[in-house]
Formats: sequence, C-alpha cells, structure tokens
Amino acid sequence: MTTTAILPPRRLIARTLGTPGAVAGSVILAILVLGAIFAPWLSPFDPNATRVCPRLAAPSLQNLFGCDLFGRDIFSRILHGARLSLAVGLLTVAISLIAGTFLGMVIAFLGGRADRIGVRLLDVMLGFPAIVLAILIVAVLGVGAFNAALAVGISGIPRIARVIRSATLTLVGREFVDSARAVGASQTRILRRHLLPNLLPIVIVLGSLDLGSAILSTATLSFLGLGAQPPTAEWGAMLSAGREFMRYAPWTMIFPGLALFLAVMSVNLVGDRLSHVLDPRASGSDG
Amino acid sequence: MADAPLLSVEHLDVTMRGIPVLEDVSFQIAPGETLGLVGESGCGKSVTALSIMRLLPNPPGKIAGGRILFDGIDMTALDAAGLRAIRGDRIGMIFQEPMTSLNPVYTIGDQIGESLIVHRGMSGSAAKAETAKLLDLVGIPSARNQLGRYPHEMSGGQRQRVMIAIALACRPKLLIADEPTTALDVTVQAQILDLIGRLRVELGMAVLLITHDLGVVAEFCDRVAVMYAGRIVEEAPAAELFRRPRHRYTEALLHTMPAANPPGRKLPSISGTVPAPLDRGDGCIFAPRCGFAVPRCTAELPPLEGAPHRLRCWNPA
Amino acid sequence: MMARMPWFLRRILGIVPTLFLTWSIVFGVLQLIPGDPVMLALGGTPASDEVLDNERRRLGLDQPVYVQYLTFLKKMAVGDLGNGYSSKQPVSEMIAARVRPSLELALGGLLVGIVLGVVLGIAAGLRPHGWIDTATMSTALVGVSLPSFWIGMLLIYVFGLQLEWVPILGDGIDALILPSITIGLFLAGGLARLIRSALIETMAQDYIRTAHSKGLSIVRVVAKHAMRNAIIPPITLLGLQFAVLIGGAVVTERVFARAGLGSMLIDAVLTKDIPLVQGLVVYTTTAYIVINLLLELLYGIVDPRIRSRRA
Ligand SMILES: Nc1ncnc2c1ncn2[C@@H]1O[C@H](COP(=O)(O)OP(=O)(O)O)[C@@H](O)[C@H]1O
Ligand SMILES: [Mg+2]
Repeated sequence: MTTTAILPPRRLIARTLGTPGAVAGSVILAILVLGAIFAPWLSPFDPNATRVCPRLAAPSLQNLFGCDLFGRDIFSRILHGARLSLAVGLLTVAISLIAGTFLGMVIAFLGGRADRIGVRLLDVMLGFPAIVLAILIVAVLGVGAFNAALAVGISGIPRIARVIRSATLTLVGREFVDSARAVGASQTRILRRHLLPNLLPIVIVLGSLDLGSAILSTATLSFLGLGAQPPTAEWGAMLSAGREFMRYAPWTMIFPGLALFLAVMSVNLVGDRLSHVLDPRASGSDG
Repeated sequence: MADAPLLSVEHLDVTMRGIPVLEDVSFQIAPGETLGLVGESGCGKSVTALSIMRLLPNPPGKIAGGRILFDGIDMTALDAAGLRAIRGDRIGMIFQEPMTSLNPVYTIGDQIGESLIVHRGMSGSAAKAETAKLLDLVGIPSARNQLGRYPHEMSGGQRQRVMIAIALACRPKLLIADEPTTALDVTVQAQILDLIGRLRVELGMAVLLITHDLGVVAEFCDRVAVMYAGRIVEEAPAAELFRRPRHRYTEALLHTMPAANPPGRKLPSISGTVPAPLDRGDGCIFAPRCGFAVPRCTAELPPLEGAPHRLRCWNPA
Repeated sequence: MMARMPWFLRRILGIVPTLFLTWSIVFGVLQLIPGDPVMLALGGTPASDEVLDNERRRLGLDQPVYVQYLTFLKKMAVGDLGNGYSSKQPVSEMIAARVRPSLELALGGLLVGIVLGVVLGIAAGLRPHGWIDTATMSTALVGVSLPSFWIGMLLIYVFGLQLEWVPILGDGIDALILPSITIGLFLAGGLARLIRSALIETMAQDYIRTAHSKGLSIVRVVAKHAMRNAIIPPITLLGLQFAVLIGGAVVTERVFARAGLGSMLIDAVLTKDIPLVQGLVVYTTTAYIVINLLLELLYGIVDPRIRSRRA
C-alpha cells in the first residue's frame, strides 16, 4: 500500500506537476524560494536601512514596490520577508509534525486507557479555535517571530496527533506488526522500524497541506503584533504598519499582502497536488 | 386492443453518453391492462420506465427519438409544468429500492400526503385523513398511528407499501412498477405482488410491471413484452407467450424458470453475454448467443412484426 | 442509566466533562507563564515586599497550585472570572461590555456569508461543472489562500478611501458593511463548497427521484427534499464559525479598529493581564462547546435517524 510513497523522485515530481494549478503553484513557489535564498544579492537595498528613499515614496524604477514610512525599500524588505516566512512556515510545520506524529503513535500504540484519555484530551484541544489556541500559547511564551512560530506549531499538534493515531491503529492490526512482536522486537523498535516508515506518506501529506496555513497563521500573529516585531522585515508586520498609511501610500500594504497571498497560494496548490499523488487512498483514482 | 391505448410508446430511442441503450422500442398499454416487461438485468427496462416519466438522469441520458403518448399527450414534448401535472397524479411509479426511495427525514404521512396537497389542493388535515385511508388500502395496520413514523423505523416490505401508497395517492390511470419486489424477502415479495394485483382491479388502473421474474409475469400480466439489449424482441398475450414462445431468446428465458426445472438442479442460464452496445453488428443482437442462427440473422436486423403476437426473429420456433 | 434518558438530555450532560477539561487546560496553560504573577498584577510598578505579600494573599496566589485550581473551578462554575489586572474590574463585566460589537460583526459576517454561500453553493451544486460552478469553485480555491486582513484593507482602500461609498470607522450600521463583507467572503467560500458537494450527493439519491415522480416542482424538490438532507454539514460549518466569531473576530476587529472581544484579547496578551486572557479564552471555548451542543440538538431535529440512534 505504501508503494506510492517510494516513487522515484523524478516520477514523483512529474506526477506532482500533473495539473495547470500545480504548475503555476510550482513556478510561483520556485520564484519565491529563489528570491528568499538569494535575497541578500537580489535586494537593491539593505532591508533595514532607513532613508534609502523618500518616506512613503511611490513605486518607481529605483524602488519597485515603493518605500515605507522610514524610507526603507519595500521590495528589499519583501524579499527578506520571504526568507522569514518560508523558514518560519517550515519550522512551524516541523514542530506540529514531529510532536504530533510522536504523540499520535504513542497513544495508539499504548492503547487502552492511555489511548482513551489521550484522544479525549486531543478532542478537547481541537475544540479551541485555532487562532485562540495560538494566542493563548503566545500569552505564555511572549511575543516574537520565533515564539509565534512555536505557538502556531504547538497549536497544530492535536490535529496531527489525531490523524496519526487513527493511521497507527489501522497499522497495529496488520500482520507485519504481529510478526515483529512475535520475533520479540522491542516496542521502540516496532514503532521506529515498522510503524514510522509506513506512516511517512501520511505525514508528508499532512505537512504539505499545513504549510500554507502555517505561513498564513504566523503572518497573522505578526499582523496582530504578537509575532515578529518591527523593524523585522516580515510580511504580516509590514501589513500592520502599512495599514496606518494606506490612504497616502497604499503600496505599503498592497505588496506585502500580495507576497503573502502568492506564497500561501503556491504552497497550497503544490501541497494539494502532492497530497493527491501521495495519498494512498487517492492514488487509485488519479492518472 | 379495441380501446384507444392509454400509453403508446412509439419507436423510442434513448442514449446514454451518446451510446444507444434503447432502440426502436414500441409498445402499447390499454386502460386497465397489465403489461409485463421482462428481460435480463441491464437490457433497458428501467431506462424505459424512467423515459416514460421523463425521469432519466440527464446527463447522461437522452431521448434521441420516438414518441411517448400518454392519453394522447406526447410526454417527450412536455415542458416542466406539463410533466408535473402528470407525474404522481395520472402516472404513479414505484421503484426497485424501497430502502432508499423514501426521504429519511420526513414522516411517511408527510411523504404520502404531499402528492394530495400538491395535486388535489387538499388541506393538511384532509390530506392526513386520506393518507390514513391509503395506508389502510396498502395493508399497513392501524394506519392512523403510523403516519408519524419515519422510513428507518420500517421494514423493507412496509416501505414498499408506503411507496405504493405514494404512487396511488391520486388514483393514477397508470402505475409503473419497476421490479417492485426484487429487493425484498421471498415471502414479502408475494404479499407485495398480491397487493399490486388487488389494487389494480380495485382502482381499475393499467400497470406496467417490470421484472426479470417470468413467474410473476405468468401470474399477473395480460400481455408480456420481452426485451433484449435495448430492443423488444417479442410481445404477446401472456398465456400465448408461455404456451408458444417463438423468439429463441424468450425460449431460453423460459427454460431458466424455476418451475421448468426440477428442484435441486442448478438453474440453467443462457450462455454467453450481451454484446456491448458498440460491438453490435447489423443483424439480430441475440444472434451471437443463439443456437438457431441462420446467415441472415447476423446480416440483417429482423423487424418487429405480427399481431397480436409480435416477433423480431428470422428463424422463430 | 444514561441510555434511558431522552437523547437531548444525554447530549446536554455530555458536555460537562468537556467543559471541565477545557477550563482545566486553560488554567494549566496559563500557570506556565514565566515570572511572578503578583508583579504582573501590579503592572510592573515597584513595590515593597509587604505590598507584594498582601497582594499575593488577596489574589489567593499564596496558596498551593491545587488549591488555586479548585478555587478557579469553583468560581468558574458560578461564572466568576476574577478581576482584570490592569482595570481591576470584574472580567465578566469587561467581557459583557464588549460582547455587542463582536456579536454585531459575527451576525453581519454570517449574513453576508450565508447569502453568498447558499446562493452560489446551490447554483453550483445544481449544475456541477456549469460556469457558475467553475467560477465559484476556482474563486473559493484561490480564496482560501487570501489573508483576510489583506482583503479587509483592500476593501477599505477601494470602497472607503477611493470611492468613499462607506464609512470605515464608527458605530453605525454602515460601518459594519466592510468588516461583514470581509468575514462573509471568507465564510462564503467554505460554505459554497460544502453546500455544493452535499447537494450533488443528495440530488443523486433515490428519494429525490421519488420526489420528482410525485410531480413536485424543482423548487420544492430542492428546498424541501434535498436541502434538509444536505444541510447538516453546512450548518455545522456555520455554527462553529459563528462560535469562533462571537469570541471576537480577532483579525477583522484589528483591521477595522473595532473594540470587540478579539482586540480585547490581543491587548490582554500584550499587557500580560492573565485573568483577562483566561476569562476571554474560557468565554470563547465555552461558547464553542455550547454552540456545538446546540448544533447536535439541531441535528436531532433535522434528522430523525440521529434521535433514535443510541449513545
Ligand atoms: N445513469 C446511467 N448512466 C449510464 N448508463 C446507464 C445509466 N442507467 C442505465 N444505464 C445503462 O443503460 C442500460 C440499461 O439499464 P437499465 O435500464 O437500468 O437495465 P435494467 O433492464 O436492468 O433495468 C445498461 O446498459 C446500463 O448500463
Ligand atoms: Mg432496472
């Protein structure tokens, strides 16, 4: 059943690019990733240098996306913002996935009362609106880009754990687990060598579906003043600042918002398609 | 057939995604008469029934040619309002799947009474009283107390009785029953058929009874039409057809009847399969499976001819 | 004994442990806030040890944690959320004073979302792959990636600042238009998708064919026979979104500078006003749980099969 996960990378990429949406998403995402990686070389200005241009200057050939209140070049800031957003998004998803997978597997594997209590707690956690849970965690950790990523990552754990628990349960009933037990494999060995590899496709699917909303959520926290703080070049924080001046300088909020939108959309388009290709249940129905 | 026919299907062609599933289907039903429509599963019986009611799912289904005259009205030319006036009022229909044909979220009283309210303009309470009578009529005991029940609280047989009550609520002139007992237990099957047989006489309505069970046909029908791969191949008064089947397919079908076989022996089935619509040649579609085919059978399509015994065969028995 | 109770009583009692667990989690999480809560309570103003001790005793913070926890639960059961650190007012009163703006916004957003989502969802579901369907579904697909605060700002810029059709500030009903649209657009996408898929599935059911065979009008078939069967997923979505919204549309309130519960929560977090954060989160999650319960009771009314099912 997991054969789809072990597709050679080249075929995986070919199949992932199977729809126009996925192609468009991949192209946009590739541009963003390249922009993020080469931001220091591509940026015409230091993102944090003030007065490189007149305050709130309109877009021009020198300053493609215009300038903010402090005379910083918005284009350079958006390029550097891509670094932060993508890195923070990946970190967030990694936190949810690693902790969620671990938790879900352990609960399912222990079974019995541990499983019942675990599921109950997870369900209660899922009853918290996602943004409220993230804000509650920020209240504990304090504001900041890293803490916001941590908060969004932690608030994503219950959902991942819930899915992984169900997936693990269906695996635990399978004969290969029984036979591993029969030959006396230790619990941790069964978890690591037998269950984890089989859960990997699901984990990847969950991650690819979550990345977009992770980027969006962390930017949202920054917009609310709970994440990255000025003067960090971060899209959500830039939007928050742009809100004040949109009457005179709409570009201060249009371009960071556009960058955020394109990043989230491209990741979603690619993730959507990737999950289609990888999902064992969907693999039969697509070409 | 002295009366003007109540229903006259003339040269009906139906396609599904452009592929023909009914070709040149013609038959008539006189007022008060019961016509049995038989044939193997997939031969187009349900499509015929749904076409008459104009209930074919579209897409994929499409009436590509022919006419369906009900009481002189061409159903194929009616607009939505014209169809509504006939459906449920002058033609009632019951389906093969009693378990899923009733709406799970409304009471049976509501679902039966709805036709009366819509077609007869009855008030809620009048519809309720009439609905109770209808439930009595279809043999659901202590009917008044049953009006508030939901489909999931009833057995398959009871649900089919409710379906019959819905179909008969407005005393239609024609009842179309598409395999009304196939999904039911054997004992319940007989009860439901008895009920339809009794009501047909009581209400004086015509019935198009679709089935793949020839025993049912022998018992209930005035005439029988045999369908094969989207075409009618033989049609005759029931007694005549059973006594002297002439089409080789009808003959083969009769041999599969349990009564024709000593108990304990495996039911013979007709060997071979129905060719896919696109693999059909110019001749008789049954020819590839027919033990009596002559060269002409594969070359030329036989016409449906004769009266009252109509036949589509070059080399009949 | 539970099994004998009427279905709705069973459901109502069922939320008690959920409420208890939720409140406990909120309490537990907030215990993790680093630093001395008394310092936070005093807003960081320097104070003598004596003042600190007095304050500690007054707030019950001198007690062991489990005593604080039991006190918290006891107070919670009677709706006492304590006093805010910065205002010294009862948190419940502070929340009550802010419910109205959030509720207005929630209702406005819901209205826009329902009208748009239902109309588009039904149009798309009745003609799958028709042009309305294609347009709606591709818009919805792109729409899930749109930051709602960006949409809000674009709306303000275009309709408030450039065209000057609507005021962007104020308490009037017209100031509610743009934020309601911001929330409504966000809701409508998901709602239209759900209604579409539920309707497509329902319209293919045998009982819809039966309804047609009775000679009912298409409006009656859709509105009566299909919708009641197709409505549970959309109602669930709306109910839960509403629950989130009455706890404050955090983002939209910020964009439109509305003083509702959402902006109150942000301020409470930024000022480390623990009782206020705690009270707001408890309020929001409790509303969520209660609305969830109401939804389940509603399912039972909509679908008789749910009523008769055993626990
Ligand atoms: N909704 C549909 N879509 C595509 N093909 C259909 C559909 N309904 C019926 N058909 C085709 O039409 C033919 C006749 O089917 P039907 O009338 O249901 O047979 P039966 O005689 O068993 O009632 C079959 O070949 C079937 O595959
Ligand atoms: Mg059939």
